[in-house]
Amino acid sequence: MTRIAALVLLSHWRRQPVQLVTLILGLALATGLWSAVQAINGQARASYAEAAEQLGTRELATLVSTTGTIPLDRYVRLRRAGWQVSPVLEGRTKLGGRWVTVMGVDVLSHPTMTWLRPETANVTPDAILTPPGRLFAHPATIAELGTVPSEVPIVQAPNVPAGIVMTDIGTAERILQRKNQISRLIILKSQPRDLPALSDVVPDLTRISPRPQDAIARLTDSFHLNLTAFGLLAFAVGLFIVHGTIGLAFQQRRPMFRSLRALGVPLALLSRLLLAELLGLALIAGSVGLVLGYLVAAALLPDVSATLRGLYGAPVSGGLALRPVWFVSGLGMALFGALVAGAQGLRNLFHLPLLVAPGQQDWLGMTLLRMPWMAAGGVMMICAGGLGSWMIGGLLGGFVLLAGLMTGAALLLPPTLTVLLAWAARLGKGAISQWFWADLRSQLPGLSLAFMALLLALSTNIGVGTMVSSFRLTFVGWLDQRLAAELYVTARTDRQGRAVEEWLAAHSQAVLPIRYAEGSVLGQPTRIYGVVDHSTYREFWPLIHATPDVWQRLADGTGALINEQLARRAELWPGDRIELTPELTTDVVGVYSDYGNPRGQVMIGLPTLLSNFDGVAHRQFGVRVPDQQADALADRLRQQFDLPASAVRNQAAIKAGSLAVFEKTFVVTAALNVLTLGVASFAILTSLLTLWTLRLPQVAPIWALGLTRRRLLWLEVLRSTALAAMTVLLAIPLGLLLAWILLAVINVEAFGWRIPLHVFPLEWLKLGALTVLAAVVAAIIPARRLLAAPPSELLKVFTNEN
Amino acid sequence: MRTDIVAVLFALCLGSETAAQGFADLGTTAEGFAVPQRNTVLEFPADHGAHPQFRIEWWYLTATLSGPDGQPYGVQWTLFRSALQPQDGTGWQSPQLWMGHAAVTSATQHLFAERLARGGIGQAGVTASPFSAWIDNWQMTGDDDAGLDNLRLTASGSDFRYELRLDADAPLVLHGEDGYSVKSAKGQASHYYSQPAYAVEGVLYLDDQEIAVTGQGWLDREWSSQPLSPDQTGWDWFSLSFDSGARMMGFRLRGADADYTSATWIEPDGSSRSLPDGALVVEPLGFDRVAGRSIPTRWRLRLPARNLDVKVNALNPNSWMNTTFPYWEGPVSIIGSHTGGGYLEMTGYD
Repeated sequence: MTRIAALVLLSHWRRQPVQLVTLILGLALATGLWSAVQAINGQARASYAEAAEQLGTRELATLVSTTGTIPLDRYVRLRRAGWQVSPVLEGRTKLGGRWVTVMGVDVLSHPTMTWLRPETANVTPDAILTPPGRLFAHPATIAELGTVPSEVPIVQAPNVPAGIVMTDIGTAERILQRKNQISRLIILKSQPRDLPALSDVVPDLTRISPRPQDAIARLTDSFHLNLTAFGLLAFAVGLFIVHGTIGLAFQQRRPMFRSLRALGVPLALLSRLLLAELLGLALIAGSVGLVLGYLVAAALLPDVSATLRGLYGAPVSGGLALRPVWFVSGLGMALFGALVAGAQGLRNLFHLPLLVAPGQQDWLGMTLLRMPWMAAGGVMMICAGGLGSWMIGGLLGGFVLLAGLMTGAALLLPPTLTVLLAWAARLGKGAISQWFWADLRSQLPGLSLAFMALLLALSTNIGVGTMVSSFRLTFVGWLDQRLAAELYVTARTDRQGRAVEEWLAAHSQAVLPIRYAEGSVLGQPTRIYGVVDHSTYREFWPLIHATPDVWQRLADGTGALINEQLARRAELWPGDRIELTPELTTDVVGVYSDYGNPRGQVMIGLPTLLSNFDGVAHRQFGVRVPDQQADALADRLRQQFDLPASAVRNQAAIKAGSLAVFEKTFVVTAALNVLTLGVASFAILTSLLTLWTLRLPQVAPIWALGLTRRRLLWLEVLRSTALAAMTVLLAIPLGLLLAWILLAVINVEAFGWRIPLHVFPLEWLKLGALTVLAAVVAAIIPARRLLAAPPSELLKVFTNEN
Repeated sequence: MRTDIVAVLFALCLGSETAAQGFADLGTTAEGFAVPQRNTVLEFPADHGAHPQFRIEWWYLTATLSGPDGQPYGVQWTLFRSALQPQDGTGWQSPQLWMGHAAVTSATQHLFAERLARGGIGQAGVTASPFSAWIDNWQMTGDDDAGLDNLRLTASGSDFRYELRLDADAPLVLHGEDGYSVKSAKGQASHYYSQPAYAVEGVLYLDDQEIAVTGQGWLDREWSSQPLSPDQTGWDWFSLSFDSGARMMGFRLRGADADYTSATWIEPDGSSRSLPDGALVVEPLGFDRVAGRSIPTRWRLRLPARNLDVKVNALNPNSWMNTTFPYWEGPVSIIGSHTGGGYLEMTGYD
């Protein structure tokens, strides 16, 4: 009996192949988008965990020299004093015609050597330690370098971060031609007891505290949270499709269920079979989804890794590795989604009266009567989001607010549309118009899920688009202000720095030294800059809050500027006081925007900096020259001081570089945006397709009353267009609200800066047009069946009411 | 992986066949390493220094000490040298590598530390005259022109530090044939001599305690390029000082086919006699579970030629050197036909 019952149930799909495809495609799309995001997130996280472990130095303090290079004898002196330090020599060199970063470490003492994993272990220690040595690089890096012969053999090491070549320090000093030089010394964790003070052993070296773990983690976490939110949204949109299709499949099979039950199939067996069918379909769709997800992730990952590397300095390899947990979570989401979508159908099955004729009840279980409840639910979700955000606070609170707003707004859509349609109906004159609006209203429950999905997709699109464009506009303006000098120069040593400064004084309009000390403000590592009093700052510096005499106060040493991140984090604004060192407390006289920097920053007058901090490097300068002379001056500078090309940078080049990083950042967001909108359009299409089956009985009488089929077709299209247009109109304010939350809540929490909201109505117009077009197409396809349906089909409605 | 590299580099020092497999094909003179020669006349002070043309070498000091309250302590200070190529060099390019081990053992505590260093840059090394051996801030330094007779010894780890003064007025003891010490029936050998008769005094710093100690010390010097035969899995090595004033160095190399033993008997006046394979009979009496392995910490040693029949017991069975390349090393007490104290080293127990 089981087999026959199963065959009977499955025969439905043979008769409704489109439905089957819709169901599988919907679930596959949902799973695909979800698992793509998961794959990207997983890969990125694994990448930095590995990189942190491989380079192993992020949580360790280091010693550096103000001259940029530590002589080898300092290392030996520290060691002979008992200090456990490990040398790193880092530099850029041309390898096979390409510039690469070479990182040379002492393989005996470097804290982490995971880059030398067993797969590379067939390289013997003496091969690594004695000439010619070995270079270790990620296969991707090796591929970039091409097959140019190198004097040092290169070994594939998948654990070396992309773009870096690891090697023993002995090999590094040879290929970098920096014999007996060290870039920095890592202070190892385990130290012997009774050590002499560092300042007694190496007074010329500066200890740098480890980079705060949370800075990069917080930034990248917010990026991942963003992606995850997108993934969930895509999944939710996908579920709307599946819910609709599964609901329809249950609805259409009700006569079949009834017959089976009447023939003696127990309810338990029937529900088990349906459950098995559901899970089977979910597994198939889930597998398709995983393939889809992998493809999407593989396509997006290079951009994601470029973003993370560029914006946050977090190394992520561009290759995608499959993790078992990813399979499990992807299939799990597919099963979970199918069960959620099918739950109502299964529940209805239990309440299926054996003898009542089917088709009388609304299959979606949603009627106009429920609208007030939905409205109440929507308002409640929004309130809960606000309340939750207020109670939880922080970045997570921001996302709770977002989630509440989005679900609430989605729930509010059908009641709102109902009210709008009621108004429209009142305005309508004539029988057809009356029928049109009334019919639309009656169709609303069946379509509302699809339009809820559309609303979410549209408002996300508008919200994220507004955020990105606002950010871009602000960022470009800010770059212009912040990079006011025409050239930026970095000298090799302090001595050379002084020479460069003298030379530039005679050859440029102004030299602005860029000098800073690493300090600690409110327990957070903070870079403190000292600036000279120059009109460049007065004219260009991007202040967002300031006292009127801000530059004068800075110049006479009675005030400090702080960046927006620090101001927001510490709640310090002009008028407050800030302690920079135990001896130096000063007034905050202004706050400036400082995008792209996770850390707090302070600016004080240069004399104040120099009198309060020792060992301030004197190597970097901004140079003001007329634009057209900038390139020539840069060349002369390089020649005069034998500086590498990278040491003299043109403002235009830095700007272009920064913008390129920025553009990469949002490529992923934009791609996911398009995909989500695509899924939503597909949801509308499937909803209309499935509704059509139920629609025939309602249209047939109108046809019988004399309306031509062509006219009916246009009315169908008009109906779909009207709903889509209304949804677009509602999505705009919702999207703006979303953008506001992203800019004013999420960004402040995640990055510490707030960006002014700019609106882009032309974008909305484009998006609206696109949506309406999708709705028209979605309506035309099923409506054409009306046109093509032979009159006998329509007549059947009256003879064969199931 | 660093563990792997270092283990492979220094495996030979501690004679583990398993860890030395990476070098299985290197264990000959094919790379140009010098091989110990019978009839070599050791020359001092030159031979106190390093022999970079040999693959491995060590300066190995152990001391049995007691505190003001009679509490026994043991101290170890070891510098290993391992060469990738049979030459010296300067800078990072030098093929010479160094490893230091230091430990303080009491009945209840075993504290140890390890240091690694590259040769050629001054972080570690040995000079013959005036004698100095060092790695990081660990030092074994002799007085001018006094060879190894008067040494100052320091080392520190995260939880201990010691500063000792060692003085000897006895002659050096050359093991085997004038310092040519055979290590297997197949003929593997090393150059090996000792100063077994130091009087030691100094201070141990443990936790916040400062413990004045006195006792006896023993320095071993050994270098070679192929210390073990392929079937040998490890050794049990004893340096014993008896209350009678006599001393004995003895070891057993455990082989798959047969064990190989060797001993040197040192009279109270410093004269010594090397005894051939089989003269010394060692047998484990009891085992302890240490670091997941079964380690013999109680032994019976017999040397019929000298009427010796003693039991040797570890002061602290947990004297496990959990260093890159782990082994057991700790002070022992002696009872039986002779009484006294000494040091025991055991390698190759996996």
